[in-house]
Amino acid sequence: MTLLKEPDFGTPARPGEATIELTVDGVAVQVPPGTSVMRAAKHAGVDVPKLCATDNLEAFGSCRLCIVEIDGMRGTPASCTTPVAPGMNVRTQNEKLGKLRRGVMELYISDHPLDCLTCSANGDCELQDMAGVTGLREVRYGSGVDAGANHMAAPTDSSNPYFDFEASKCIACSRCVRACDEVQGTLALTIEGRGFDSKVAAGAGVSFFESDCVSCGACVQACPTATLQEKSVIELGMPTRSVITTCAYCGVGCSFKAELRGDELVRMVPYKNGGANEGHSCVKGRFAFGYASHPDRVLEPMVRDSIADEWRKVSWEEAISFTARRLREIQAQYGQGSIGAITSSRTTNEEVYTVQKMVRAVFGNNNVDTCARVCHSPTGYGLKQTFGESAGTQDFKSVDEADVILVIGANPTDAHPVFGSRMKQRIRKGAKLIVIDPRRTDLVRSPHIEAAYHLELRPGTNVAIINAIAHVVVTEGLVDREFVASRCEDFEAWEEFIARPEHAPEAVDELTGVSAEKIRAAARLYATGGNGAIYYGLGVTEHSQGSTMVMGMANLAMATGNIGRRGVGVNPLRGQNNVQGSCDMGSFPHELPGYRHVSDDGVREVYEQLWGTPLLNEPGLRIPNMFDAAIDGSFRALFVQGEDIAQSDPNTQHVFAALGALELLVVQDLFVNETAKFAHVLLPGTSFLEKDGTFTNAERRINRVRPVMAPQTGKQEWEIICEIAQAMGYPMHYDSAAQIMDEIALTTPTFMGVSFKALDEAGSIQWPCNVEHPDGTPIMHEEEFTRGKGRFMETVYVPTSERSTRKYPLILTTGRILSQYNVGAQTRRTANVAWHPEDILELHPHDAEVRGIEDGDTVALSSRVGRTTLHAKLSDRIPVGVCYTTFHHPVTGANVITTDNSDWATNCPEYKVTAVQVDLLAEPAAHAATQEALVTGGTR
Amino acid sequence: MSSSLPPHVRLANEIAAQFAHRPPAEAATAIATHMKTVWDPRMKNALIAHMQAGAQDLDPVAALAAQHLAAAK
Repeated sequence: MTLLKEPDFGTPARPGEATIELTVDGVAVQVPPGTSVMRAAKHAGVDVPKLCATDNLEAFGSCRLCIVEIDGMRGTPASCTTPVAPGMNVRTQNEKLGKLRRGVMELYISDHPLDCLTCSANGDCELQDMAGVTGLREVRYGSGVDAGANHMAAPTDSSNPYFDFEASKCIACSRCVRACDEVQGTLALTIEGRGFDSKVAAGAGVSFFESDCVSCGACVQACPTATLQEKSVIELGMPTRSVITTCAYCGVGCSFKAELRGDELVRMVPYKNGGANEGHSCVKGRFAFGYASHPDRVLEPMVRDSIADEWRKVSWEEAISFTARRLREIQAQYGQGSIGAITSSRTTNEEVYTVQKMVRAVFGNNNVDTCARVCHSPTGYGLKQTFGESAGTQDFKSVDEADVILVIGANPTDAHPVFGSRMKQRIRKGAKLIVIDPRRTDLVRSPHIEAAYHLELRPGTNVAIINAIAHVVVTEGLVDREFVASRCEDFEAWEEFIARPEHAPEAVDELTGVSAEKIRAAARLYATGGNGAIYYGLGVTEHSQGSTMVMGMANLAMATGNIGRRGVGVNPLRGQNNVQGSCDMGSFPHELPGYRHVSDDGVREVYEQLWGTPLLNEPGLRIPNMFDAAIDGSFRALFVQGEDIAQSDPNTQHVFAALGALELLVVQDLFVNETAKFAHVLLPGTSFLEKDGTFTNAERRINRVRPVMAPQTGKQEWEIICEIAQAMGYPMHYDSAAQIMDEIALTTPTFMGVSFKALDEAGSIQWPCNVEHPDGTPIMHEEEFTRGKGRFMETVYVPTSERSTRKYPLILTTGRILSQYNVGAQTRRTANVAWHPEDILELHPHDAEVRGIEDGDTVALSSRVGRTTLHAKLSDRIPVGVCYTTFHHPVTGANVITTDNSDWATNCPEYKVTAVQVDLLAEPAAHAATQEALVTGGTR
Repeated sequence: MSSSLPPHVRLANEIAAQFAHRPPAEAATAIATHMKTVWDPRMKNALIAHMQAGAQDLDPVAALAAQHLAAAK
């Protein structure tokens, strides 16, 4: 494939039918009202010269290269800022226009270095292109230093780890400033000075790195010259070919062009036609891909008999036969149910599918779970109970039509940045925002964004809050009775339940820490403000009442009729790239692919016939159950696919004890991660750049993951699974990942119409994709719910048993930051560490003062299960009595602190509520954080 | 509540708390259904054994649910 250069229409598309007909250079064209003449010309096949225009930014009209002549209009209007009109007759080329354009170009070139042959943007520079297009042959004013006053000596800012700002090449077109504003919404960049002194600046007197810039890359992408340029391009040269693929970071699932020179990846450029991102990106997807070629990568299989032994590099044959033999030996000694596997939300659907198939068909049990257990399993449970489908209801674009956006326990500008930018765009256009979160996230207040209400609740009181909001809806006559009557069931019982006085805002204000007045105001706004859309994250699910809260949100959406159309819905923001897909693929121990219970004889029969083996009809072990069973001795071998459970799962010492008790631990991963320290077999995995398959994002969008390069390990991960299965005596074979998807489609009704061919043709498909919805389903539950009627569920608030005490008086809650991802296995191996070299503890100044703690001090953080040390950061983002940290660095070990409390329905850990104490360390140690397990099983 | 309880007992008690607002017989049926849906057999068996041993640390409604599980075996 050659380098893919997407067409640039100059200005954004306008919605509506193409009802305006005009003529451009004699070519008739029809476009929607509001379209610019420049864009209409492009549709007519006419490229109008331009520099300051690009089609993901509103027209600016500064460069004057795009001037045209229009019959009946005076002068030479800019085609980018001139809207089309019926019957317009436009001329884009004649002698007069050419002369004017050359005059403009002369001015640009007179203040631009003429180093094109050695410039890093040579061949990818719009200024260079326009010099050619306009026929520039001379610069009458001279160029560079000969032209008098100029900007040739302007300094280069190389402070950002990923791109340079070479100010001497800036043409002050403002595309970068506008991209930061209109696309990203951070407004970090500005034009400083006036007239000749105008220059791009990242804040006042600070470098790009020191500024508010979030390194999303939108400015780099927008820059028409070499002014903002990836360091990788400067170092390696212009790429020569592109592969369209999907980002392997968060659940937004951005599409990218991987641009290479030969087999070397030069840069990742967000793909305009990407259904989830439409050309935007964040610092992780855009730049943080270096981990894939990091020297820490393990490329050869390794084996050892005991975890006390050194690793021994072995051939694939030996690693696979060792694994298969040990698994069978352990089953023979301890029973069929003594082994199991954990699938990964970072691997492809096809890889996950083969692992769960190996467990069910080859291991002969249902001991398969996924790392979604510890993040969004309550979503699966709660939405299935109420709506009948374990998935979010909307596509991302739906937020463009939301009038009230209710964000609960999510921090999209950090954890789902590209969707966060889209959400901010909608809020800036007038949508109201309600944030329910203990912490004041950037969404609550940032440039041009301010929440109408921030319900700064105490951690662990989500259900009390959502019930109180629903109480207001019911008791103030705000129920959408028509919707409820026609679309739902069990409403009357729920209505009686939720109207009880104990759910009134006034009854829970002290408990939740949110005033009754604010709860009532937020409820009224959500119920009456037009389209109400709920977006939520792990701040909802990772609680002992996570499933209850998901059902509470579903109740609220149904009661107000905010389901089944654009602009509304209940939408989980998934943490990892393929959380949705790993769940869809039958990773849960009680569900076959498509969320169908293992006890369903009809469903099991489909797989039994295809796989040629009987399947168990009883659920298997969930991850926490596996740990418990490992400790009690009934579970002896575990296969872990691409997850670092030793770092990511709660109550580290409990996890360590479980892993240490296993007779066989097989880890399939890119690195020797924390879990691998307990492993007997390490099977090297493939990075997303090597995989061939699909990811499914938070909006149920199935995207192709195309191999950018051959697997560095020599094998696709699904091939390894097949070989283990074969070595265990089961004939499992696929010719390709596409063939695996064909089997998924054959056996899973919601994937019936999905194939690699269909995905290549459509770009992406949102499931369900079947006979009724051959093109997929962007919005769910439009006519009826998946289960028929939406079901109201009574959501009793049961407080967590994890409460602050005299010994542990603070509540720790955890979260993520923009530059890092999950346990940091990937991002810590990139330059992103420049922004977050360590996890820190946010502590309210009041809580710090009474402990004698100052900003930057080293503190001990202890809970009833463990203790660690971090540096403190004083912050009023969190309320008094609450502290906050991230879990991106193993040295800090945030999960040494978290407990084994979990959601009652799904066992999802309660990461978000841990009673802790924070103490100033008398003699601050060098920050090689120490971790210490306290007495296991300490009482609450 | 103490984490010295076996995991299946602790979890059963936590589930029972979620259904405490419903009549005991109805709650026990719902809890047993939930456990049948998502619990591994060894957890169900361990809970049944715990109930049959007459342990006092099991919530009465959870114990009733365990009886339902035992009857369904």
